[in-house]
Amino acid sequence: MRFVGSSQAEVAVPPLVVRGQLVGSRTSGRTWRLVRRSWQLYVMLSLPLLWLLIFQYWPMYGVQIAFRNFNVVDGITGSPWIGLTNFERFVSTYNFWQIIKNTAILSVYSLAAGFPLPILLALALNHIGRSWFKKTVQMVGYAPEFISIVVMVGIVFVVLDPRIGMVNQILGLVGVGPIDFMGNAGYFRHIFVWSGVWQTVGFGCIIYLAALTSIDPTLHEAAIMDGASKLQRIRDIDLPGIVPAAIVLLILDLSAILSIGFEKVLLMQNPINLQVSEVVDTYVYRVGLASPLPQFSYAAAIGLFQSMIALILIVLVNQLARRVEDASLW
Amino acid sequence: MSESTAPARTTSGGVRDTGGDRVFNAVNYVILTIFLIIILYPLLYILSSSISDPSAVTSGQVWLWPVDPTLIAYQRIFRDPALIKGFLNSVFYTVVGTAINVILTILAGYPLSRKDLPGRGIILFLFLFTTLFNGGLIPTYIVVSELGLLNTRWAMILPPALAVWNVIITRTYFQTTIPDELLEAAQLDGSSDFRFLWDVVRPLSGPIIAVNALFYAVGHWNGYFDALIYLTDPDLYPLQLVLRSILVQNQTNLHMTGDIESMLLRENLADLLKYALIVVASVPLLIAYPFVQRHFVKGALIGSLKR
Repeated sequence: MRFVGSSQAEVAVPPLVVRGQLVGSRTSGRTWRLVRRSWQLYVMLSLPLLWLLIFQYWPMYGVQIAFRNFNVVDGITGSPWIGLTNFERFVSTYNFWQIIKNTAILSVYSLAAGFPLPILLALALNHIGRSWFKKTVQMVGYAPEFISIVVMVGIVFVVLDPRIGMVNQILGLVGVGPIDFMGNAGYFRHIFVWSGVWQTVGFGCIIYLAALTSIDPTLHEAAIMDGASKLQRIRDIDLPGIVPAAIVLLILDLSAILSIGFEKVLLMQNPINLQVSEVVDTYVYRVGLASPLPQFSYAAAIGLFQSMIALILIVLVNQLARRVEDASLW
Repeated sequence: MSESTAPARTTSGGVRDTGGDRVFNAVNYVILTIFLIIILYPLLYILSSSISDPSAVTSGQVWLWPVDPTLIAYQRIFRDPALIKGFLNSVFYTVVGTAINVILTILAGYPLSRKDLPGRGIILFLFLFTTLFNGGLIPTYIVVSELGLLNTRWAMILPPALAVWNVIITRTYFQTTIPDELLEAAQLDGSSDFRFLWDVVRPLSGPIIAVNALFYAVGHWNGYFDALIYLTDPDLYPLQLVLRSILVQNQTNLHMTGDIESMLLRENLADLLKYALIVVASVPLLIAYPFVQRHFVKGALIGSLKR
């Protein structure tokens, strides 16, 4: 024992030693000595691991209800197996393709608008001479990130209100409207995506700004000597410098693509836009928890269906990224 | 970290700008100014509207500055028991929840940063795997339900007690800031791991504790979905759920407008209340924002450091 600092140490050691003989017979003695020496680290880890077990791995174990006909009385393991019935039911439900299409369009649209804009903003900010102006733009640009989803949707609703909203007030100046933006399904996707861009583009450029400042300044100095314009320097020095960061962020975005903004979608849903706003996650919530007759197994099956697709996506994207550039998550 | 916060001196040039660069600079300033206006204008508009006369707001007289300033909406808001209760609940969830979050995150992050921890790879995998695959909404709900946490304050605190993402950035922080020599020296002195964590690691953890506390606190303060599914007792509702009923579901609160007789005035005031509510709900974070902004930026960067 090297750690005899505290009295607790001596109290806690004996039971570990007893188990140690069991383990020691299988593993090498050296490994076991290390394990025993690190017991305090395991004590630190015990609470986090307990949390992990209860709130992450227990639900994972509970996913089996997707293949059962779950009822509260029999519990997770007691309910009868029904195989893939829940999955078949989801795939053959009348709005299956619509839900999948809505999810895909909303995700891809969000990504297509939300991914490049922070990069452009960072490139623009990086070439601003006056630092007070740069600081002001950053300060103001980061702020919307901290507005809660509920308040954000509240802002969207009051700003777009046909009667008192700011946007219709401005449109009125040029003789347009008033337009009932939330009362028209055709506007839903644009409102969802661009309000999201408004909220996150400023904060999203932080990482790119950091990547830009880590570019070797001599590259720019040499380029200036050679008479390169700012646009040329952006294209040939800045852009290549932030590609690795961009790829990692793109992988992260792509791997979360199916769950983009579900809590916001739920708040923005109304009976009029449901045909374009129902996505997989909101459907799971609707049939699983919000319904007067909650269908746990059916909803869990849909959730599992989505998780599996997401898992396949992240593995594929990561593989692709590794092949194209030498960047990957693992 | 230190390099990334240094100003980008070279690229802001301007010493010998070519003609093309001058056009570029002008366009750049114009674009960024438009960006600034797009972000700022709705915020100012909401703030001005919230302190304008209700009828001026409804008739579209507010453009940028308040018209006939009045604080009537704010007086009504601070009289509403549901909002005050929601506010206090949110404070409770945020303070207690964040304290537990930070402690658990350090307890997970520090051991995982130790290269000499046997089984580190396996334990790390157990954490990381949950970012790739998890049980999902319904199985998690069933677990929370079986634990008897439904409709208790614990439902707001225990399920989100740890975020794997924060464990990873915390681990990275410890790996990069606590030199191996310190640990070796302490071990030679016979110091235990507990003592080392408390005497050496804790004093060096200020920045990472701040970053964690901020991210967790914002999550607690801004979240509504856990409350929506786990809580049914309005006495336990956090502020965001109360806001949702007024701002999103458009339920006019009778406590706030019930005493006004004219239907028109009542409607006007209901509109005004929304603006004031948006301001009040954002104020705690906006007040804290200038002080904590630096830490958030740091957090975003630590997070990106080792992925």
